[in-house]
Amino acid sequence: MDRDVVLEMRNITKTFPGVKSLSNVDFTLRKGEIHALMGENGAGKSTLIKVLTGVYDLEEGSIVMDGQNIVNHSPEEAQKNGISTVYQEVNLCPNLTVKENLFIGREPRKGRLIDWKEVKKRSADLLRELEIDADPDQMLGDCSLAVQQMIAIARAVDMQCKVLILDEPTSSLDDEEVEKLFRLMRMLRDKEVGIIFVTHFLEQVYAVCDRITVLRNGELVGEYKASELPRVQLVAKMLGKNLDDLADIKSGHEGHVDTEGPAVIEADDLGHSGTIHPFDLTIHKGEVIGLTGLLGSGRSEMVRCIYGADKADQGKLKVDGKEVKINKPLDAMHLGMAYLPEDRKKDGIIDELSVRENIIIALQAKKGMFHLMSRKEMEDAADKFIDLLDIKTADRETPIKSLSGGNQQKVIIARWLLTNPEYLILDEPTRGIDIGTKTEIQKLVLDLADQGKAVTFISSEIEEMLRTCSRMEVLRDGYKVGELSGDQLNQAEIMKTIAGGEEGDNK
Amino acid sequence: MTKKSTWNRLVHTPLFMPVVCLIAVLLINLIQTPTFFKVSINNGVLYGYIIDIINRGSELVILAVGMTLVTAASGGQDISVGAIMAVAAAICCQLLSGGKVSTNTLAMPIVLAALIGILVAGLCGAFNGLLVAKFKIQPMVATLILFTAGRGIAQLVTKGQITYVRVPSYKVLGAYIGKCPVPTPVFVAILTVIVMQLILKKTALGLYIESVGINGSASRLVGLNSTFLKFISYVICGLLAGIAGIVASSRIYSADANNIGLNMEMDAILAVALGGNNLGGGKFNMMGSIIGAYTIQALTTSLYAMNVSADQLPVYKAIVVVVIVVIQSPVFRKKIAGHTKRKAVA
Amino acid sequence: MAKKPKLSKTSFLLMITIIMFAVMYIAGMIIFNSRGFARPQMFFNLFISNAGLIVIACGLTIVMITGGIDISVGSVTALVCMSSADIMQNKGMSAYAALILSLVIGLLFGLVQGYLVTYLKIQPFIITLAGMFFGRGLTAVISTDMIAIKNKTFLAWANEKMYIPIGYTNRHGVTINSYIYPTVVVALVVVVLISIMLRFTKFGRNLYAIGGNEQSAIMMGLNVNRTKMKAYVLDGFLAGLGGFLFCLNSCAGFVEQAKGLEMDAISAAVIGGTLLSGGVGTVVGTLFGVLIKGTIASLITTQGTLSSWWVRIVLSIMLCFFIVLQALIGGVSLKKTAEKKIKKAAALS
Repeated sequence: MDRDVVLEMRNITKTFPGVKSLSNVDFTLRKGEIHALMGENGAGKSTLIKVLTGVYDLEEGSIVMDGQNIVNHSPEEAQKNGISTVYQEVNLCPNLTVKENLFIGREPRKGRLIDWKEVKKRSADLLRELEIDADPDQMLGDCSLAVQQMIAIARAVDMQCKVLILDEPTSSLDDEEVEKLFRLMRMLRDKEVGIIFVTHFLEQVYAVCDRITVLRNGELVGEYKASELPRVQLVAKMLGKNLDDLADIKSGHEGHVDTEGPAVIEADDLGHSGTIHPFDLTIHKGEVIGLTGLLGSGRSEMVRCIYGADKADQGKLKVDGKEVKINKPLDAMHLGMAYLPEDRKKDGIIDELSVRENIIIALQAKKGMFHLMSRKEMEDAADKFIDLLDIKTADRETPIKSLSGGNQQKVIIARWLLTNPEYLILDEPTRGIDIGTKTEIQKLVLDLADQGKAVTFISSEIEEMLRTCSRMEVLRDGYKVGELSGDQLNQAEIMKTIAGGEEGDNK
Repeated sequence: MTKKSTWNRLVHTPLFMPVVCLIAVLLINLIQTPTFFKVSINNGVLYGYIIDIINRGSELVILAVGMTLVTAASGGQDISVGAIMAVAAAICCQLLSGGKVSTNTLAMPIVLAALIGILVAGLCGAFNGLLVAKFKIQPMVATLILFTAGRGIAQLVTKGQITYVRVPSYKVLGAYIGKCPVPTPVFVAILTVIVMQLILKKTALGLYIESVGINGSASRLVGLNSTFLKFISYVICGLLAGIAGIVASSRIYSADANNIGLNMEMDAILAVALGGNNLGGGKFNMMGSIIGAYTIQALTTSLYAMNVSADQLPVYKAIVVVVIVVIQSPVFRKKIAGHTKRKAVA
Repeated sequence: MAKKPKLSKTSFLLMITIIMFAVMYIAGMIIFNSRGFARPQMFFNLFISNAGLIVIACGLTIVMITGGIDISVGSVTALVCMSSADIMQNKGMSAYAALILSLVIGLLFGLVQGYLVTYLKIQPFIITLAGMFFGRGLTAVISTDMIAIKNKTFLAWANEKMYIPIGYTNRHGVTINSYIYPTVVVALVVVVLISIMLRFTKFGRNLYAIGGNEQSAIMMGLNVNRTKMKAYVLDGFLAGLGGFLFCLNSCAGFVEQAKGLEMDAISAAVIGGTLLSGGVGTVVGTLFGVLIKGTIASLITTQGTLSSWWVRIVLSIMLCFFIVLQALIGGVSLKKTAEKKIKKAAALS
């Protein structure tokens, strides 16, 4: 075994009821390296991290640290074993000072009382040593997010960690802050700390990492040196080839796109600060537009901004040629929009309500409080869609929470179809559902387009998008970076656009 | 097999627990007092324990209806309802007496004074709603303000004294209409419940409130305005507390700022919990709360029958509350489940 | 590196409170000078009549820092007074026994409520609301009549004047020194001790961490459950002690006693800068909150024509004002950054 290896995970397998989340994954971390852990949704990154830090029990496989087998049962135990984690949402207390956040739980004491002088001295030393620009007496909540992240890292480092896990620490930072964080990471690398860096941002991986391990669908794709793996290759490895044979859907949809009349949606420099930079977007009747990009690239944010889930704070939006102002989702609904959100559990289903109620709720909200649909109308609507979309439920009065994921998703689709929208936004409608349902949903999207509706389709699976979309918008780091149509609609081109320029492309 | 499944279905109907509780309380009473169910007619009006429970429970039923909506929408309770009752009563009686401590003539039509009292109660509810829905303050902290200040306001309105309205027509609401043997408050309660049911059946309010209480973020995305819905549920709760306050005041043909609606907030919360509603919000069961209210009233009446004084009642009710919330607590349920499982294994 | 330490939002809230107190008090001295409001004794009376409240509000501040609440304190006070009066007057026991009983009652409330809140994860509001009704009811079970305390030791404790060499000179040129009672000393000692505990002990700091972000506190390896449990027990203990001090002031027990005291204590804490959402608060601030409440009360009594109900109404208005103020500046900005972060994180992941 390599003497430089600090952590070795072998044959890690983790099964959740019905799903194999990780199978036989190996991971090796060396001293003084920054190692990127990459993969799309459901690849198993976070499961691997959680197994390592003891959030999940280790079922199969082994974790060897410094030549010794270890098992962590809790994050605290992992911390004692020298493995610290810094998450995207900083796990510190904003109401306490910087020095206190660094030392809480392990304050130096004089007798029974905390020795604040010593705390201050040691935190000042620590901050200076790591070149973090913060005052020990400052409130943590008053620090920028980047500084908060760095303080979390400093706390971990000072607790003698050998392995530092950074779980998407840069997601909410701006470029300058990211650069500061990288400087700190490089400094720690020189101090022989092994760093696991989980991120979606390709530029960042190439800017700071030495090695890359790619996971896909719970399996190890491989471990590569960053300098030897071209960007497009990395994207291809992350996205993989989807081999499910769905022959009856033709590749590249060519419906009757009506480009003559006014566009259904026309966004002009529309944007929401903090989530999506200003973008232009035009969608016609009968068109299926795909939004693609890696996780966190701004594809969900773009549609949330159009729909008014995040109220746009700049730019103009025209619907059917007329300029409109959307303040809240209900405004968008009255303009004929429908939005199936990405997070089904959190934003989609209303779990205790029945299938019927979940189906009619959007239409009912649109009609207003004083125009309650009659029981019969509701039941007819529910029955129609249960039948049409083949929703598998014991009864229309069954609470939606007892349905399977795929059927829940169909209920949400039914909810929106019932409002008879002109423009449908489907954000990851096929995630986490079985192959059969996926195909049905793809077919449905095409049918809707044939009926003259405009659709925006978001998916992590490029093949699925290729099959359904007539045009694709590519996003990266909150910017719209490309638009592909016609002959450009192929895997290679899309991946190239997602990956961006090999060098010098810092936008 | 079918027998068991029928039984199972029965156990799982939402009204099963509330009804069982009510029957249990009534049974205990029957054993204690064999004449419990006896109804007789004395002086032309119905008389008996059961009548007493139905009569006295009227205000509580009205309050429980409002409390159910507030609980469902905001996942918290309004503890100011008792004080709001006192405010409504004080305003109404002061208007009727024309600012005097005691009166034999009316200074204003009763209907108008009562309406103003109820409206002021609605304003109190709006104040609570503003704090909860707009400023996002925990419901119980927000309503704590009126819980304590409300009685102070009522005292100010009545100038620190009990305002008497010694006019027979004012007593009607709390006693009997003409020769009708059934006490009036019962009609008020039934009317309130019917109106509320109509609102829930004819508008989408109930569905909206449940939806917002279960998943605020999803509700927003389907176009619901959760701030407004929470606000309106507090306003309704306030208005209903006002109605209850007027009824309570009519019973004693006076406004007693200290004692009208005293400890009623606790009873109303209990009724909602006993009705099988989750105090954390979400789906609600109005019928359950109403049955819960009568159960509480039955409990109160039977404790009185056992010579427990009014001041001591809260001890028993507090224990019932704790038992109910502990049983409702998911952590407790998990613990029990783990325990029985372990037992089964061993 | 040379950053100017700017005034944090919490010190800002405390500043407002102290200024408010000073303005109110000085205004009172000017307006009611003829009625003796300017005499030093008036100031010490604030402490004398609120010694119990100070201690109770300190306890409440502790649970509020963790993000919890306790509205049973008023009833605990009534129960403590009533049971103390009962065992001294009707059972012939000593004042020491009454003191011990008071503390035990407080501890029991703290233990039970703490357990239900911490380990069964029931909303503190519901539990302590039940505690509030339970305590009040139990008081009535002991006696529905008022019991006046005539125990000699007890009255000696209650009436032992401790003179302070600050006074005023009356018309005859005689200097009359101000005095306080032992209850004031106890209350101030509690304030100092709790202050030190909050500032300088691990337990104290853990309270703030839990109130700031409970999830983070767990992730940082702090024992959250034990800390919360201890907070409720300490709060109960202080409610018992405060109740006893209250009793020394009233020398009687009756059912309606200390009604609405929980509101006074919560208002005092909130006015003193404790955030309802937890994580921020000091007992010194709470002390000023109590003094403000006391000043309102004595202004209204001195004025003479206003009903005593105004005290609670004014206090409620102030509480309301501070709650909204917190929502607008202090509380929101602290929590908002965290919420924004989480929202963003959720949006991005």
